[in-house]
Amino acid sequence: MGKIIALLLVILAAASIWMFIGQHTWWFPRNISEHGTAIDAQFMRTLWVVGIAFTLAQLALGYAVVKFGRRGNDRATYTHGSNKLEVTWTLVTAVVFVVLAVLGQRVWADLHLHSAPDGAVKVEVVAQQFQFNFHYSGKDGVFGKTDPKYMDDSALNYVGLDPADPAGKDDVQLTTLVIPEKRPVELTLKSKDVIHSFWVPVLRFKQDTVPGLAIKVHFTALEKGKFEIPCAELCGQLHSTMKGNLIVVSGEDYDAMAAMTEEKFKERMGELLQQYQ
Amino acid sequence: MADVVHPIHGEVHRHPAPTGWIRKYIFSVDHKVIGIQYWLLALVSVFIGMALSLLMRLQLAWPGQEWGFLKTIFPNAAENGTISPELYLSLVTMHGTIMVFFVLTTAPQGGFGNYFLPIQIGAADMAFPVLNMLSFWITFVSLAVMLAAFGANFIDPESAIGVLGPIGGWTGYAPLSALGERAGPGQGTAVVLWVTSIALFCIASLLGALNFITTMLNMRAKGLSLMRLPLTCWAWFTTAVLALLSFPVLLAGGILLLLDHLAGTSFFIPGGEYVNGKLVTDHNGGSPILWQHLFWFFGHPEVYIAILPGMGLTSHVLATFARKPVFGYRAMVYALFAIGLLGFFVWGHHMFISGMNPATAIAFSVVTLTIGVPSAIKTFNWLGTLWNGQIRFTTPMLFAIGFVSLFVSGGITGLFLGQTSVDIQLHDTYFVVGHFHLIMGVAAIFGMFAGTYFWFPKMFGRMMNEGLGKLHFFITFIGVNAIFIPMHIMGIAGATRRYSTHGGLVYFKDAMPLHTFVSIAAFITIGAQLLFVINLLWSWFKGQKASDNPWEATTLEWTIPSPPPHDNFAGIEPTVYRGPYEFSVPGAAQDYQMQDDPEGPTGEGH
Repeated sequence: MGKIIALLLVILAAASIWMFIGQHTWWFPRNISEHGTAIDAQFMRTLWVVGIAFTLAQLALGYAVVKFGRRGNDRATYTHGSNKLEVTWTLVTAVVFVVLAVLGQRVWADLHLHSAPDGAVKVEVVAQQFQFNFHYSGKDGVFGKTDPKYMDDSALNYVGLDPADPAGKDDVQLTTLVIPEKRPVELTLKSKDVIHSFWVPVLRFKQDTVPGLAIKVHFTALEKGKFEIPCAELCGQLHSTMKGNLIVVSGEDYDAMAAMTEEKFKERMGELLQQYQ
Repeated sequence: MADVVHPIHGEVHRHPAPTGWIRKYIFSVDHKVIGIQYWLLALVSVFIGMALSLLMRLQLAWPGQEWGFLKTIFPNAAENGTISPELYLSLVTMHGTIMVFFVLTTAPQGGFGNYFLPIQIGAADMAFPVLNMLSFWITFVSLAVMLAAFGANFIDPESAIGVLGPIGGWTGYAPLSALGERAGPGQGTAVVLWVTSIALFCIASLLGALNFITTMLNMRAKGLSLMRLPLTCWAWFTTAVLALLSFPVLLAGGILLLLDHLAGTSFFIPGGEYVNGKLVTDHNGGSPILWQHLFWFFGHPEVYIAILPGMGLTSHVLATFARKPVFGYRAMVYALFAIGLLGFFVWGHHMFISGMNPATAIAFSVVTLTIGVPSAIKTFNWLGTLWNGQIRFTTPMLFAIGFVSLFVSGGITGLFLGQTSVDIQLHDTYFVVGHFHLIMGVAAIFGMFAGTYFWFPKMFGRMMNEGLGKLHFFITFIGVNAIFIPMHIMGIAGATRRYSTHGGLVYFKDAMPLHTFVSIAAFITIGAQLLFVINLLWSWFKGQKASDNPWEATTLEWTIPSPPPHDNFAGIEPTVYRGPYEFSVPGAAQDYQMQDDPEGPTGEGH
């Protein structure tokens, strides 16, 4: 019986090693963000610590059940433990875990404890059931005033732009987020109704959007392309269909778009979506 | 049984057994009957919860597939035989809620704890038997209200017929849970029933916790000092303390949510809401994040409420069948305390990306990783208990060994999720689903299986079938690993939680076959649970008669008949002479020394 359990534990360890280290078919979507490299590195560091601890623990358990199965009528060793061992493994695990914990905070601190660098590209995100709306400031670089009382989905004023504010005249609202590559981007995340979560797997970036809060976040994308923005927080009936698009363009492309009128901007966005179909 | 005068105390306190059927089996104040009632309630609930997960797995592996039988079972909810997104979400919600509250919180503590805590400490009953009966019956009403949420959409004409309860997940995040039907089908009457049920459950758990704490502190037999208590008792005690401190917070949160629904308050609903094409004018000034703080202040200790009794039982069973004292008994007790205490300071790790202050997240993260230390201490000591043992591979022992393996697998992945930076990517993915199912779901359930196979002979006077039990163990152990370990990989590949299908995610396309694999593994594993039911029923009526101490164990429950008489010790308070796990004592006549045996060496320590 002990041998069968041990065999299963060995298979468990081997299959897990294969799944987490041996195969590459199912893994993280590629990373295109500046900070993502550090997150992936911290994941791998943790994977090694966890992988070694997991394998040793499962194999030790397997060894124990094979080696210490009942042997005739012998008595087991009578012991109540060892303080030396208790102290040793307590200290060793404490050091390993605390070091991991401290290392794990670095990227987080960079992302969240510092504000976006000056000159970051600014876009406002207004999530709703079941789409992400992206609010661009338009040519003047100034966001028009918004208020929930002006929100009107049927008139396509999703973000609630104040019709009386001149700064809002050239603003654009779309369900695609376009940003430049290699330039810091600052998003202001809001929600109209319930909690959603803005997640871009390739950016290694996720942040809930919370009604009543305007959460500022920042990151830098390093590669051009079209990527998915699935909603990661349960937001109601059609949660699993809530997905926005992210298009990363070159700096020049972006500058050109930023100088466009609303109409031209939308036209260009249509072309980009076409291009990446 | 005749009254026996205790040789030392010279006292007899007999509790007359009730005679009427209703007082004996329904509104009983006997902790043993109540324990079995809790255990049966959990058994019914676990099969309901499993049936819901079976439907979810059908949808995830074959999204949009038409199943004729679904049309028959749910003529409204699954009109074409396909599982709609809202039906799927209601399955998610009810599966989670039923499993967490009515299985994981109920069986290990209310079930086994109620039955065996008094007996293991040499008491005739719990401290407050009537309160105990009330706890169970409030739990029962709570379950009935929860099940009523299944049908709320039929009661409420406003509600869309297409759900089986709320769709907001077991965490019920506001304002989705607070806005009523305008936020989604099932979010009106069904949420009101759902949160009422949870509030009732909180009250029942509070009463239970008071009872457990008082019983263990006040009613121990002579000689049973704290450091001679079985580790099961320490685990139930620590769990009761956690329940006492955490359930009131959920109760408060639940009442506030109810008020938002029924009294027009706005605890969790901020101003300026624009929902489903309409401005919300009847609410203003609430905070969605407040709900998360209240929920997780309860929700994290709840994880330990589910798993600690399993940890205590695993120590107990490993020592019994390795024929060795528990390795590092004191360290095990202190580790239980440490896990319980630290468990109150880590709720924020569920909220790293919630919009909470990011500096706070760092503090929560560091404390979270330190919980790994007492968890590792437990694992090392379990291995130490097996080391140089004489292991008897009975079915309860197999499940206890399985518990250790699952505890390692499920616990260790917490090291990823507990780090703020790594959690950014993995939060709300299947990595989390795999992690918590292994640790608080399956490991805890292995604890319950170990408990059932171990104590069934005492509870029902008959042995369970060992062959069927072992087959049940092997299929279940392989099955749960095949289900939940690939889920971590799916999470890494970017599978979002609570999606009725991942078919819409282009980057996830290559990983879709994993869903099929997991579903097939789930069907086989669920099917294998029939072996357990057959074994239970067969053994209940036809099993081989159990002796008083079939496992040659040492604690007090094995000193009395199987099943025990109404007042456990027939009015005689037992006297305890040694620690709980005196196995293989050199010089003793046999390889186990009962706690109440005045003869033989008293053993070192304790």
